[in-house]
Amino acid sequence: MTELLELALLFLVAGVIAVPVAARLGLGSVLGYLIAGIALSPVLGVLDVDVVEIQHFAEFGVVVMLFLIGLELEPKVLWQMRTKLLGLGGLQVLGTLGIVMAIAMALGQPWKISLAIGAVLSLSSTAIVLQTLTEKGLLRSDGGQSSFSVLLTQDIAVIPMLAFLPLLAMPELMGEAAAHGDDHGGLSALDAWIEGLSGWGRAGLTLGAIAAVILVGNFLTRPVFGFVARANLRELFTATALTIVVGITVLMTLVGLSPALGSFLAGVVLANSEYRHELEADLEPFRGLLLGLFFITVGAGIDFGMLSENLLVIVGLTLGLIALKFAILWGLALLFKMQGADKWLFALSLAQAGEFGFVLLSFATGNAILPDAIADRLLLIVALSMLLTPLLFLAYDKLIAPRFSAAQELEPDEIDADGPVIIAGHGRFGGVINRILTSAGYKTVVLDNAIGHLEVLRAFGFRVFYGDPTRPDLLHAAGIDQARLIVVAIDDPHQTTELVRYIVDHFPHVHVTARARDRNHVYELWAAGCRDIIRDTFDSAVRGGRSALEALEWHPFDAERKVKDFVARDQHAMRRMADLYDPDTPSHENSAYVQRARELMREQDEAMQQDSPDYTDWIGRAWTPPRPRDIEANEEETEPSKKASS
Amino acid sequence: MSDVIVYLAHPGQRYSKVNRAMVREAAKVGGITRVDLYADYPRYGIDVEREQDRLIDHDTIVLQFPFFWYSVPALLKDWIDLVLEHGFAYGEGGTQLAGKRMILALTAGGPEGSYSESGYNRFGLRTLLTPLEQTAHLCKMEFLPPYVLYGSIEADRDTDVAEHARGYAALLEALRDDRLQTGNADILTADTLRLGEAAS
Ligand SMILES: Cc1cc2nc3c(=O)[nH]c(=O)nc-3n(C[C@H](O)[C@H](O)[C@H](O)COP(=O)(O)O)c2cc1C
Repeated sequence: MTELLELALLFLVAGVIAVPVAARLGLGSVLGYLIAGIALSPVLGVLDVDVVEIQHFAEFGVVVMLFLIGLELEPKVLWQMRTKLLGLGGLQVLGTLGIVMAIAMALGQPWKISLAIGAVLSLSSTAIVLQTLTEKGLLRSDGGQSSFSVLLTQDIAVIPMLAFLPLLAMPELMGEAAAHGDDHGGLSALDAWIEGLSGWGRAGLTLGAIAAVILVGNFLTRPVFGFVARANLRELFTATALTIVVGITVLMTLVGLSPALGSFLAGVVLANSEYRHELEADLEPFRGLLLGLFFITVGAGIDFGMLSENLLVIVGLTLGLIALKFAILWGLALLFKMQGADKWLFALSLAQAGEFGFVLLSFATGNAILPDAIADRLLLIVALSMLLTPLLFLAYDKLIAPRFSAAQELEPDEIDADGPVIIAGHGRFGGVINRILTSAGYKTVVLDNAIGHLEVLRAFGFRVFYGDPTRPDLLHAAGIDQARLIVVAIDDPHQTTELVRYIVDHFPHVHVTARARDRNHVYELWAAGCRDIIRDTFDSAVRGGRSALEALEWHPFDAERKVKDFVARDQHAMRRMADLYDPDTPSHENSAYVQRARELMREQDEAMQQDSPDYTDWIGRAWTPPRPRDIEANEEETEPSKKASS
Repeated sequence: MSDVIVYLAHPGQRYSKVNRAMVREAAKVGGITRVDLYADYPRYGIDVEREQDRLIDHDTIVLQFPFFWYSVPALLKDWIDLVLEHGFAYGEGGTQLAGKRMILALTAGGPEGSYSESGYNRFGLRTLLTPLEQTAHLCKMEFLPPYVLYGSIEADRDTDVAEHARGYAALLEALRDDRLQTGNADILTADTLRLGEAAS
């Protein structure tokens, strides 16, 4: 137990120090973890820690990641992207794989090993590239979007790769593989049973497992989550989410399928569910931590002895790889008619190898596909190419972008218009807003944590997601980064204020429309930085007042004008009170505030009761025909000569 | 017999002297349809279908309003803009109003003398009303001479205004019974109104 914690402490400390430093230096978190691993490796050596075993555990992070990728991919969106995915992404993966394989064979490797090398090197680093593109605000550019499509294709391509690589297993490497220790302990009785099944039986079992994932995903998760949500305990959700992913992993491993494939599938199945954003928010930290651990183990596994012995060869191969990948990407950019800076961004950003390469490598050695000697070298090449990626982005920033900046600016940022509108709280207030926006053709993401409510809405066909909208991670999952607008329509005034403050501070580009409980709440929201504040019952009360006047036989148009005037006065008063409001003093103890309030109320009552001139005389104040003497005066002023002559 | 519809457009009826008196007298006339536009649409949002149906159902259209800036009050203008649609009132297939009659009943603050070349309004009233006259013409409607009270602001409530209001009621009856004789009058006023014999 203590041993485990000591080890955890070691990894955590290394990560906590190295990652922020790397981020500060613009290297990105993946490199930070790698460096932490490199720094740790001597210590781990002394402690005699089995890094490979930890790495196998950390690979679970990849499973989680694929689940999350699946969650992001609604089948509809996938379909819309099909040309870019299949064309651009497909050509990149197959092209790179084929050319690398050909080169490896030319260098004398057997075709199976060459194919595996091609697969490993065809991938780029989703983690580094997506992160960097987002940080630099380039994700929405044409080049950024193309890069994203290719990365997505690669992420999906990993699944068949993981599925088919075992077919390349080389019997002569089996001994080495066994040394990597790959058994699943406690479940061996089940394993034995499955081993005993006939070919047909196993095929049936495999199909059954996949069917189970889809069926459970489709039909069982909703009631289960509904049940869990009613308990209203946050950690229960996290536990349930983990249960899903761990369960799939175990099931898939049992039937001999890739857990990554299974969880990806489950993710896609759940992409339409109202719990999608909640799941994302809950699993995101696990993905991050486990992948971090994975990269640390990769860093710790780097064989520096070998690097220094083969320095020239490794560096040469790395540069060669980057040049090759760049050339292929450049060709694709031309083929797909990318323009100017986008072409460069696309080709430079994806020219490295990626973290999935590590996964494939450890998988390949584990399955007796690649000999250790080659795998170790490849690992160095992959890591080095990732280490160089920040330099590629630097080159883009300093050399390419300035040359095209003028052209770039001409592009309208239309894509921003696609940013989602988030509605936090779908009660009696948010619900109306949502209906108005959706009927006007906007895509909204609705977050609400009243589960009973949610089921009703679902039944009526609304797209709503379960979750507490005041949680930053959930907002993040809902897409606050790219949102144009968020409507904060939750009931609780304090939570509203907190949420508004958080959004205004962290996402200044997002317009915030906030629901206020009353006048004081308006002031609080104003102080929190919100400039679009709607009192939730004010407008309906005004309409009620108008109805009352009409019932008292006021002419409808007079009633309308009366309440319009009331609203104008009320807003005027509100503005005059605003500077006296002090959020830290209860308003009834704030004497200046109380006094001004009284004054204003008196003024208003007087004005409204007395039928003071500016109140009743609006028609009299308007045009009155000029009297003859006005005309004469006017003519004297403007045309003195005319008067003289007449 | 003719189906008469009266559209009243006055945004400040609480403060109206003349138009209110006219409405009160007109209320005594049976067998005509009355619409208070500002009561039906206090927040605008004119229901075009409904208004077009109303027009189809009647063949004499009376527009009653105070003269505002040589034109109609804003809501009535909005009504004209929306209801007299292409394909309904004019243009291809726009024959729904053809053959109907339109008459304006307006009250002008300026005295009669001001509506002349030498007056401060510089134009005769009929000249200033040509946009509305042409509107009727484009819709293939007959444009009757408008019924007018000049000097409406200064007019005495008990004499001029009362007489104008009674004349207005008589005018509506005559329109309903098809016995209005306009001769070649440019403008109808309470004292020049010539009505044929009452039918009964
Ligand atoms: C906004 C406004 C514009 C007016 N424009 C004119 C005008 O152009 N010519 C005119 O003779 N009177 C004008 N008047 C005076 C009105 O025609 C006059 O107040 C109205 O006929 C009185 O009728 P009532 O007693 O029913 O309100 C205007 C009045 C207002 C309020």
